[in-house]
Amino acid sequence: MMSNTVIKVENLSKRYRIGLKEKIHETFLGALISWVKSPIYNFRRLQKLSQFVEHENSDDIIWALRSISFEVKHGEVLGIIGRNGSGKSTLLKILSRITEPTEGRAQIIGRVGSLLEVGTGFHPELTGRENIYLNSAILGMKKAETDRKFDEIVDFAEVEKFIDTPVKRYSSGMYVRLAFAVAAYLEPEILLVDEVLAVGDVAFQKKCLGKISDVAKEGRTVLFVSHNMAVISNLCERCLLLDSGRIVIDGSVNASIECYISSIQTLNQFIPLHSRVDRQGNGRLRFTNFKISSPTRAITDTVVTGENVSLTIEYEADSEKLKNVSISIPFYNHLGQPIFMCWTRLVGQDFELVERRGRFIVEIPKLPLMPGKYSLNLYCEVNGVLADWIQEAVSITVLEGDFFGTGMTLPSVTGGVAIEHSWRYETSEAN
Amino acid sequence: MATNKQSSTTSIIIQPSKGWKLIDFKELKEYRDLFYFLILRDIKVLYKQTVLGFIWAVIKPLFSMVVFSVIFGGLAKVPSDGIPYPVFSYSALVPWTYFSSALTGSTSSLIGRASIFTKVYFPRIIIPLTPVMAKLLDFGIALIICFGLMAYYGIVPTVNVVWIPLLICLMVLTSSGIGMWLSALALQYRDIKLGINFVSQLLMYAAPVVWPVSLIAEKFGDKAKLFYGFYPMAGVIEGFRSALLGHNPMPWSLIGMGSITSVLLFITGALYFQRKERIFADVF
Repeated sequence: MMSNTVIKVENLSKRYRIGLKEKIHETFLGALISWVKSPIYNFRRLQKLSQFVEHENSDDIIWALRSISFEVKHGEVLGIIGRNGSGKSTLLKILSRITEPTEGRAQIIGRVGSLLEVGTGFHPELTGRENIYLNSAILGMKKAETDRKFDEIVDFAEVEKFIDTPVKRYSSGMYVRLAFAVAAYLEPEILLVDEVLAVGDVAFQKKCLGKISDVAKEGRTVLFVSHNMAVISNLCERCLLLDSGRIVIDGSVNASIECYISSIQTLNQFIPLHSRVDRQGNGRLRFTNFKISSPTRAITDTVVTGENVSLTIEYEADSEKLKNVSISIPFYNHLGQPIFMCWTRLVGQDFELVERRGRFIVEIPKLPLMPGKYSLNLYCEVNGVLADWIQEAVSITVLEGDFFGTGMTLPSVTGGVAIEHSWRYETSEAN
Repeated sequence: MATNKQSSTTSIIIQPSKGWKLIDFKELKEYRDLFYFLILRDIKVLYKQTVLGFIWAVIKPLFSMVVFSVIFGGLAKVPSDGIPYPVFSYSALVPWTYFSSALTGSTSSLIGRASIFTKVYFPRIIIPLTPVMAKLLDFGIALIICFGLMAYYGIVPTVNVVWIPLLICLMVLTSSGIGMWLSALALQYRDIKLGINFVSQLLMYAAPVVWPVSLIAEKFGDKAKLFYGFYPMAGVIEGFRSALLGHNPMPWSLIGMGSITSVLLFITGALYFQRKERIFADVF
């Protein structure tokens, strides 16, 4: 093993036994006999929970991880993404020694701190002070270490006044801040984090992220599992994309994220608008079709930065002459972040009266979107009441284009949008 | 899982473990702070927000003593080796209450704390051992009351009280052994948790708490009494009585037999627990 590698995973696999559908009986006698036999059946079933016959492939077995192999160097910040059930949490659990692998092995050099949940071991009856000591001990800190860091922890959590009150009286925000504070001061050489940022308010999440990024900057190794693509993109230099227990991509953060997003969106985008059923609203007006066009292409799903684009949304209403129709189209980038929104109300162009069938047309001069994949929602209100709302209604691809008319295109790493602007120079010499 | 500690930094190999292993005492030493805090937590939490606080530790044995004295001592006239029945039963109830509460606590220790061991790693053996240690405090309080009771009856403890620490060790060893067995079993087969309460009751009547061991020798002979010694609490309880009350010599034969069982229970319990430990997070 190279001197710089701190985690080396070889062919790691993990198998679970899940519950199967129960047998349904058609006759009362059948049900009665089954009930009498149940202790034997139950015993065998429970016993099986912890046993596996070699190479068994029965229906109630799933492989959460299948031959995972990768290496992590000292100081790397590795993101791990994937859909629910792809094996991310299982991988972290194995590396945290909470559960054993079925096959394969992993070698880890350095002290490991796991943040799989915030407030592990917190007892509601104990005070904040007592819980800090207990939680630190659970996470692997010695009492002396906790003594040293005690004040910093309390400070970070902002709970000085309540430190000697039982934790069950804390607000949920205080609880989660305290729990994270203890974990934050763990100072392990390798930090494994599993979506702990799913809890807490925005301020707390920012604090968490800040702390994790500090840890990364201090040169510690971090493995970070999350569903938040923006955070992964910000924090991680390298990314693992898992799907059904296998590694699909090991490398570029952007490639992993794009592949992940498209695997989620694929299903929806292929369904034509009028057939989409995942919509909300009272349905007085329903979107049926969407077209995007530009001067160079009549109908397309690919446009170019800087082009004048035209979006056409066809609809059907349930009656003639709907009043006060307001349409909005938010644009989201590949990380799921909102970029901008086209909204009739913003430009004072709500439709006073619309017929039963027709189309709405939005003209966007000089599309400012940088190259990439974008997702659009479609939203409609009639008389102030939600009529139709489809999320991830359409996906468009934007290619590099000459926004500024100078032949110069922005490098796509800067992200975001292109903005019209102009420069001039003034001298500061006195006249 | 096998662990490898190198000279400067910790290096760990995670792989499917095979075979049997006993307790890793080095690892336990590393986690002794955690063990200490968990015991402290168990003790503190039990009586928080109660008015009586630690007095609850003595209510159970005291009330049992009163009930037993009335029913067994008064009505049924169970022989008590010539000692006033209340003291006879209370001196046995002190170690017995420890044993049964340590056992019930230990058995359900894993089930109650699932989130701890599905979210973070530490040697799981600490979990069933925590109630075994925490209940010693209640035991201590009950013992003090026992001395008080003895003073009331004018009974002076004998010099054999020096053996009480040995008896305590035996008690702890037995509870730990059975605790390790049952906690691992209870996690997978919840029947154990449901059954432990009433099995504990049965075990109490099987132990010489309300009746003296001399009854067995009378009815079934000395050899039977020797075999009875295999029940570890028999030796512990009679030992407590002898040491405190001095009516009989220390029952060394019983204690000896009991020790064999205790040690066996502890070793096999540890082996079984360690073997099952690897699937805890999966089976829960």
